[in-house]
Amino acid sequence: MATIATSIAKDIDNTYDDPKHRAPLVLGGKNFNDVTNAVCHIAERPTTLGWKIAFAISLFFLGILGVCLGRLVLTGIGVWGNNQPVSWAFDIVNFVFWVGIGHAGTLISAVLFLFRQNWRTSINRFAEAMTIFAVVCAGLFPAIHVGRPWLAYWLFPIPNQMHTWPQFRSPLLWDVFAVSTYATVSLLFWYIGMIPDLATLRDRSTSPIKQIVYGLFALGWTGSSRHWHRFEKAYLLLSALATPLVLSVHSVVSFDFATSQLPGWHTTIFPPYFVAGAVFGGFAMVLNLAIPARQFFGLKDIITRRHIENCAKVLLATGLIVSYAYATEFFTAWYGANPFEKFAFMNRAFGLYAWAFWIMVFCNVIAPQALWFKKARTNLLVVFIVAFFANIGMWFERFVIIVTSLTRDFLPSSWHSYRPTIIDIGMLAGSFGLFFTLFLLFCRFLPVVAMAEVKTVMPEAHPHDAPHAKGHADYRPDEHFDPVRGSKAPRFR
Amino acid sequence: MSTLLEPQLIDDEDDGVRHEAPEHIELIALMAEFDSVDAVFAAAQRVRAEGFLRWDVHSPFPIHGIDAVMGVRPTILPWLVLGAGLFGLAGGIALQWYCNAHDYQYLISGKPIWSLPANIPVAFETTVLCAALTAVFGMLALNRLPQLYNPLFKSARFRRVTNDRFFVVIDTSDPEFVESKATAMFRELGAVSIERIED
Repeated sequence: MATIATSIAKDIDNTYDDPKHRAPLVLGGKNFNDVTNAVCHIAERPTTLGWKIAFAISLFFLGILGVCLGRLVLTGIGVWGNNQPVSWAFDIVNFVFWVGIGHAGTLISAVLFLFRQNWRTSINRFAEAMTIFAVVCAGLFPAIHVGRPWLAYWLFPIPNQMHTWPQFRSPLLWDVFAVSTYATVSLLFWYIGMIPDLATLRDRSTSPIKQIVYGLFALGWTGSSRHWHRFEKAYLLLSALATPLVLSVHSVVSFDFATSQLPGWHTTIFPPYFVAGAVFGGFAMVLNLAIPARQFFGLKDIITRRHIENCAKVLLATGLIVSYAYATEFFTAWYGANPFEKFAFMNRAFGLYAWAFWIMVFCNVIAPQALWFKKARTNLLVVFIVAFFANIGMWFERFVIIVTSLTRDFLPSSWHSYRPTIIDIGMLAGSFGLFFTLFLLFCRFLPVVAMAEVKTVMPEAHPHDAPHAKGHADYRPDEHFDPVRGSKAPRFR
Repeated sequence: MSTLLEPQLIDDEDDGVRHEAPEHIELIALMAEFDSVDAVFAAAQRVRAEGFLRWDVHSPFPIHGIDAVMGVRPTILPWLVLGAGLFGLAGGIALQWYCNAHDYQYLISGKPIWSLPANIPVAFETTVLCAALTAVFGMLALNRLPQLYNPLFKSARFRRVTNDRFFVVIDTSDPEFVESKATAMFRELGAVSIERIED
C-alpha cells in the first residue's frame, strides 16, 4: 500500500498553473489515516542513526557555545572584538540575524492563515518551531551583551532597591518588550496549534510514559466540536494579533538603528526594509530546513514540490524588496546631499569591508534572480542553494549595516576597524548548535506537521451538504481533478 | 464532569470479613462512531432534529459548517480578547506614565518628560500580549481544559477520534435520552459502532 502510494507520488506534478483546477496539497492518494501515520511515524519510530549523528554534531556546537559563554561571563565582554567606536558587533549582528529568521514562522502561521493560503498547513508547524528556537538564539545575545547578564532583569520594569525605572523613551527598551512579547505569542501560537496533534500522539502511543507525557500536554483534548469552535476562534484571533506583531518586531529592531544619528543608520526606510529582509531570511531558513526534512522524514506527499515552489516565490518577492531597499539607500545618500551619508555608503561599497558588502549583494540580490524561472523553482537543489545563499547574505547584511557604519563615523580621529575574536566566531557557530539541538529534539518527539490542519485541506474533509459549501471553492480544492491524468475525472469516494 | 469512583472497602460489622462493594458504575453517554464527514454531518442534523440538547460531535479536525448544524452559539471569546487588549493598552500607557513621568522623572536628550508618541510601541506590545494570553487561556477556560480524566478515554475505539473517525456522543442526562431509541437512531444513521460509555 505504502509503496504503491509512493510510486504514484513520483508521477504527480502538482506545480502546474491551471486556474480552473486547484492543485492538490496532499499527494499519493493519502487518506486521513495515512496522513496521521506519515507524521506520527517520525515521532514514534526508534531513533535513527542519522538523527543521532546530527544531534551529536549539534551538541558539539552547543558545547562550544557553553564554553564561550562561560569564558564571557567569567571574564567580561572584553573577550569579544568589540571596541570604541564599534561597540555593537557580532553580538548584535547575530541578534538581528536570528530575530529575522524568527519572522517566517509567524508569517506563515498568521499572515498566510488570514489570506487563506491553505498550502501553509504542511509547513507551518516546523516554521513555528523554527521561529521559537531562532528567538531563543536571538534573545541570548542582547542578554549577554549587557555585560553583567545576571542583572538583565533591570531591563524590565520591576520595582528594585534603587527606586529606579527603565527609560521608556529608548528604542532599546521597546526592543525588550517587542522581542519578549513576540517570543511569548509565538510560543502560545505554536502550542495551541499543537494540542490536537499531541492528542493524536497520546491516543496512538502504547508506552505508559508517552501516554502520560503527551496526555499532560494534550490537556485532555477530545476533538469536541464545541471545543473546536472556540479553538478556531482563538486561532483566528491569535493570527489577527500576531500579524501586526510580526511587522512590529523587526520595525522596533530597526528603530534601534534608525533613531540614532549615525550615517548609514539614520534613515526612515529601515522599518519596512528590515521587515522584508526578515521575511526573506526566514523563508530561506524554512527552505533550508524543509527540503532536507521532507527527504529524511518521508514527507514528500505532504510537503510537496508545490509547497517548495510557493516558498521560493516568496523568497524571490522579498528578495526583490530587499534589493530595492539597497538601491533606495544609495539613492537617498546621493540625493540627500549629506556628505557624511554619502561617505558612509561609498565606504560600504568600496571601503574596508567592501568584501562583506559584495557578498551581501551577490547572495541577496543576484542569487535569488534564478527563481524567476520555473525550472529553478521546481529544482530542489537550486532552491536549497539559493536559500542557503540568502541566509549567508542576510547575516552579512546586518554585519555591513552595523560594522561599516560604526567603524567610520563623523570624526576621523575616532575611526577604528573591527575584527572578531575566536570567542565571537565560537558564539556564532554555537548559536547554530543551540538552534539545531532544539530543532532536532522537536523533530524527534513532537508532530512536525500540523496533522489536524492538513486534514482540513483534503477534499474528504468537506461535507457535501454543508450550508456554506456552495460558493466556497476554497474548501473543495480538487474534487473533480485527477492530477495523474490531468483531466476532469470524477473521483468517487 | 464526573469523577472516578474507586472500589470502596466496606467493613461489615457482623462477620468481621472485608467485602469489596460492587463498583458504582452507570451509563453516562451513548457513543456512535462514523467513518466519514458526510455520515457524521447527517447524524448531527438528525440528532439536532430529534431535539437533543446535551450532545457533541467529536472529530479529528474542525468540520466546516458543523457549528450551524449543531446550533453552537458563537463564543464570547472575541469580547474577552477585546477587553483584555484594551486593558493591556491602558495598562501599558499607565505603566510608562507612572515609571517615567511620575515616579522617577529624568530628562533624556532634552525630550519631554511625557509624550505619547514615544510610548506607542510599548503600549502596542502590552496590548497584543494581554489579548493573546486571553485568547489562549480564555479558550482553554471556556472549553474547561485541561481535563485529564474523561470517561470517553476508556473506549478503545474513541482513540481514533484524533486520527480518522468521527463520533456523536449523547449524554444520558439529556431530557430526550432513551437508550433504546438513541441506539435505534444511530443504527439507522449507519453508525460503524455504537458503544455505551460508563463511569
